[in-house]
Amino acid sequence: MSLVERGARLSAAIAGARHARPRDARRQHARPAATRLAVLEARLAGWVLPALLVVLWEYLSRIGVIAPNVLPAPSAIAQAGWAALKSGELLRNMWVSTLRAFAGLFVGGVIGLAFGIANGLSELSRRYTDTTLQMIRNVPHLALIPLVILWFGIDEEAKLFLVALGVFFPIYINTLHGVRTVDPQLIEMGRVYGMSPLTLFRRVILPGALPSIFVGLRFALGIMWLTLIVAETIAASSGLGYMAMQAREFLLVDVVVLAILIYALLGKLADVLTRWLEERCLQWHPAFQARRD
Amino acid sequence: MNAHTPLLADSSPTDLARAPHGLGVHVARLGHSFGAKRVLERIELDIPAGQFVAIVGKSGCGKSTLLRLVAGLDTPSTGRIDFDGPRDAAATRIMFQEPRLLPWERVLANVEVGLPASVKGEERHRRARAILAEVGLADRADDWPSVLSGGQRQRVALARALASGPRLLAFDEPLGALDALTRIEMQGLVERIWQQQRFTALFVTHDVSEALALADRVVLIDAGHVALDLAVELPRPRRRGSAELAALEGRILDTLFSS
Repeated sequence: MSLVERGARLSAAIAGARHARPRDARRQHARPAATRLAVLEARLAGWVLPALLVVLWEYLSRIGVIAPNVLPAPSAIAQAGWAALKSGELLRNMWVSTLRAFAGLFVGGVIGLAFGIANGLSELSRRYTDTTLQMIRNVPHLALIPLVILWFGIDEEAKLFLVALGVFFPIYINTLHGVRTVDPQLIEMGRVYGMSPLTLFRRVILPGALPSIFVGLRFALGIMWLTLIVAETIAASSGLGYMAMQAREFLLVDVVVLAILIYALLGKLADVLTRWLEERCLQWHPAFQARRD
Repeated sequence: MNAHTPLLADSSPTDLARAPHGLGVHVARLGHSFGAKRVLERIELDIPAGQFVAIVGKSGCGKSTLLRLVAGLDTPSTGRIDFDGPRDAAATRIMFQEPRLLPWERVLANVEVGLPASVKGEERHRRARAILAEVGLADRADDWPSVLSGGQRQRVALARALASGPRLLAFDEPLGALDALTRIEMQGLVERIWQQQRFTALFVTHDVSEALALADRVVLIDAGHVALDLAVELPRPRRRGSAELAALEGRILDTLFSS
């Protein structure tokens, strides 16, 4: 299955999931208590399962079914988290990792967007670059880690390079797909109505490609964290991955689990950010309007 | 907000006020082919300024091709098309079978697409609102196109086509996808606006009764030739199902199926 197909499925799934979620929770103060309760329920539904799992996990740890050297209790991890937070080490490492992740996303994203747009618009550009890009795409970018360490050592450039390379492809492919599938009838309309090439791009092609670009961005976010974690685990002197590896050296299982949980949280945060962006940029899209009617 | 009730001619002093301003079209020995396939052959057609001409014919007879050539979307293989006067970009507008609205822009902004670039700022909104009121959608200016019905979308497309005060308006089966009742309503709207603004109208349709309800003249295209050129001299508004219309319709259909 190609990324594009997966992207299409993902966006369909997103649209489907959104239909089910009432959106205007803020506007419903005046509603009767039963409705407000229903809204609250819908908002919190996603957190019920994680909360139950944590409770179960705590219980199993307390009664000794899970040994603390295999998986420490949630309370122990919370304590470790609190200690790391107080020392400032946790925040510093999170900050370093987030900065790296978004710097890589920015560099790779901008290049991917530029190539996607160029190859979507220009047959010539596509003919000359697409083959090369597709060949590079099929090399797993994490396989380049040994080479990257030889080139850059374990400095920032190495992580930036890997993350940028990783996020480049989903953004490139989805942008290309988006630009190439903009309704040709709308493009013809724009031409007939006298739009200049720049206006045509700004008002027709780019907005038409945007839903697809967002699918690419969501994939890119996943790859961004994955790449960064692997890179930090193998070669780094700071960051969350480094923190987890250090903890493993000293058999601090609680800190290792803490790092993993923070990854999950950061992933969720990036997803929320994209959703927010999507809702702002794709207001016109019927999938985002259904809930308002 | 309550300023969009007056007629177009009153509210827009520049382009639209030049009321009788149709563009005459002269088509001479026009031929067009796609590869080896000849679609149109030696078409001769003189359309006086302000006339409402309907072009009818079977699917694939070349009627849409003729429209695209006159509207300047394609360049003819042979022959020529002349106009009485300059034909700048905003003088010819086309209304497609599909509304072709930009789904990511609100109704008002979609109408503004039709305005010439020389109109700036607040004036753009004012004019677009005036035209939108003219097609009866003043209260939908801030909606997204996706919440409109098919007929409403086509009315927005009509407003967009009218925005620049075109001298020649080419309709490519614009009502083809609408239901029967909405169609009749839209026909009335098109007729009323044409009577107000007197642009030259070139209306492609496969519906003979629609052509007869609207046009001064019906041109039947068959196998790339003009098979019939019929003046419809009946007073407007025409009563649907009248004997005169039925007789003309019979004549056109006979020609269409005898060949």
